[in-house]
Amino acid sequence: MRKADERYRLDIFCRVQNIAEELNGSQNMTSTKPADIPNKQFLSTRREDNWWLGPASIALGFTLFIIYATVRAFENQYFEVSNLLSPFYSPKLEFDWWHYSPAILILWIPAGFRATCYYYRKAYYRSFFLTPPACGVTGIGGYKYCGESKFPFIIQNIHRYMFYLATIVLAILWWDALQTLFTAGHFFDFSHLQFSVGSLIFFANVIFLSGYTFGCHAFRHLVGGGLDCFSCTEGSKTAMTFWEKVTKLNENHQLWAWLSLFSVGFTDFYVRCVASNVIPDYVFFSLAK
Amino acid sequence: MRNAQMRVFRGDATGGDFKEYTVPVEDGMVVLDAIHYIQREIDPDLAVRWNCKAAKCGSCSAEVNGRPSLMCKSRMESFAEGEIIFVEPLRTFPLMRDLVTDVSWNYEQNKRIKPFTPKEDAKWVMYQEDVERVQEFRKCIECFLCQDVCHVLRDHDRKDAFIGPRFMVRVASLEMHPLDQGDRMKFLHDEGGVGFCNITKCCSEVCPEDIHITDNAIIPLKERIVDDYYDPIAKFFKTIFSKN
Ligand code: SF4
Ligand code: SF4
Ligand code: FES
Ligand code: FES
Repeated sequence: MRKADERYRLDIFCRVQNIAEELNGSQNMTSTKPADIPNKQFLSTRREDNWWLGPASIALGFTLFIIYATVRAFENQYFEVSNLLSPFYSPKLEFDWWHYSPAILILWIPAGFRATCYYYRKAYYRSFFLTPPACGVTGIGGYKYCGESKFPFIIQNIHRYMFYLATIVLAILWWDALQTLFTAGHFFDFSHLQFSVGSLIFFANVIFLSGYTFGCHAFRHLVGGGLDCFSCTEGSKTAMTFWEKVTKLNENHQLWAWLSLFSVGFTDFYVRCVASNVIPDYVFFSLAK
Repeated sequence: MRNAQMRVFRGDATGGDFKEYTVPVEDGMVVLDAIHYIQREIDPDLAVRWNCKAAKCGSCSAEVNGRPSLMCKSRMESFAEGEIIFVEPLRTFPLMRDLVTDVSWNYEQNKRIKPFTPKEDAKWVMYQEDVERVQEFRKCIECFLCQDVCHVLRDHDRKDAFIGPRFMVRVASLEMHPLDQGDRMKFLHDEGGVGFCNITKCCSEVCPEDIHITDNAIIPLKERIVDDYYDPIAKFFKTIFSKN
């Protein structure tokens, strides 16, 4: 048998031509297990707790969000009203040559950012790809599994580039949130300052999105995690303070991920309700006459 | 005093089965005490590996109700009354007898990692902020529970391509060491199989030392691999700065 890692270097795609041969060849490396201990059957486990509950709820949550976001992206209406612009459609890109929903031109950035996020990867590898469905529960794939070492999942390595793009979109969403503080058409005119339920929702959303974005593992690496010595230079000392702050956010990355996913969906839902005249955007106070 | 119903795996590489035992439970008792009770009072030939009974030597690793655990850290009172407690050997490594497995494959992986290589002009002064990250990794007791639960080794048998989470921790402890100048990135990418880990975090869930294996060791290593192999801009800057 060729050594497996040699074979893998030659083959960029995740596949094994002759699994039987590979399995025979690697038998001396595999464990010998008594017949009674199931190991290779899909979903075999001795766990008797509700191990399936976590992955099943996550699969449900993701599926609902993806359905909602897809419907809204293609709906192409009720996304803007007065000073409120749905985060699914922001920045609003309108071109003569583009005849479909403007959301499609922008949504690939947050979608790609989340799809390559280390937390979401963990969640969907467990819930959708069942590698593994839960700890100590046999997943699928057998010996031909190659994780993120080959195509397609090797693409996850672009995550930091998605982070760069996502920060641009986030800056624009902050700008949109600021717009909600002024009556429509009077941006930065302080005699038209106002605060509405919409402002509250928009600011909560950008705060959650910032907590999520700036707790990113790739960002944690870029601000200082890549250094081996924090105390060596003035620059590395500064990097350490950034790294520590990002680490604090990163410790709850999963929580930020869910809060921001929910808030972004809810913000869009609120804009839809106001834009379709289901509810008005209640204004707490306004300086406009 | 209540009794616990235990099913303990008895057998070797040729076959085996669970054997049922009834064990009286005392205050503060752990699963390893129950196993010792069985050895002392019922089946003296029950094979088990242990040493410290203080969760510090990493010898008593087993699977308790399907969860890779240290037997000396699994409290009997954490099981509900009447719950059957299954104790079986680690599934990922070859069985020797009863609860004892052959974990020597792990020691072979350890030898493949370039050891600590200090800089020639190293000043042997280190500051807390520089060693803090590495200190977390030094807590490892080599119980190999993370190796056992890792699906790459457990389900997919990719021991030919992936060194496993314990050794990702070891590589991280060396790579992030302020005085080390060894480069293990090529090894990690080509032979260590860092890409096989899909960061599903089971290793972190079972680690008795609470090392954040995925967040603090594997993901930072994956990001360093991105610098070297998948990010042309980072590679460009790295080349310029290392020349200067
Ligand atoms: S996170 Fe990676 S190393 Fe840890 S158990 Fe999962 S696949 Fe294995
Ligand atoms: S990293 Fe944790 S689980 Fe893995 S061998 Fe070390 S102590 Fe055990
Ligand atoms: S790791 Fe989650 S956003 Fe980067
Ligand atoms: S006996 Fe030492 S860790 Fe359990």
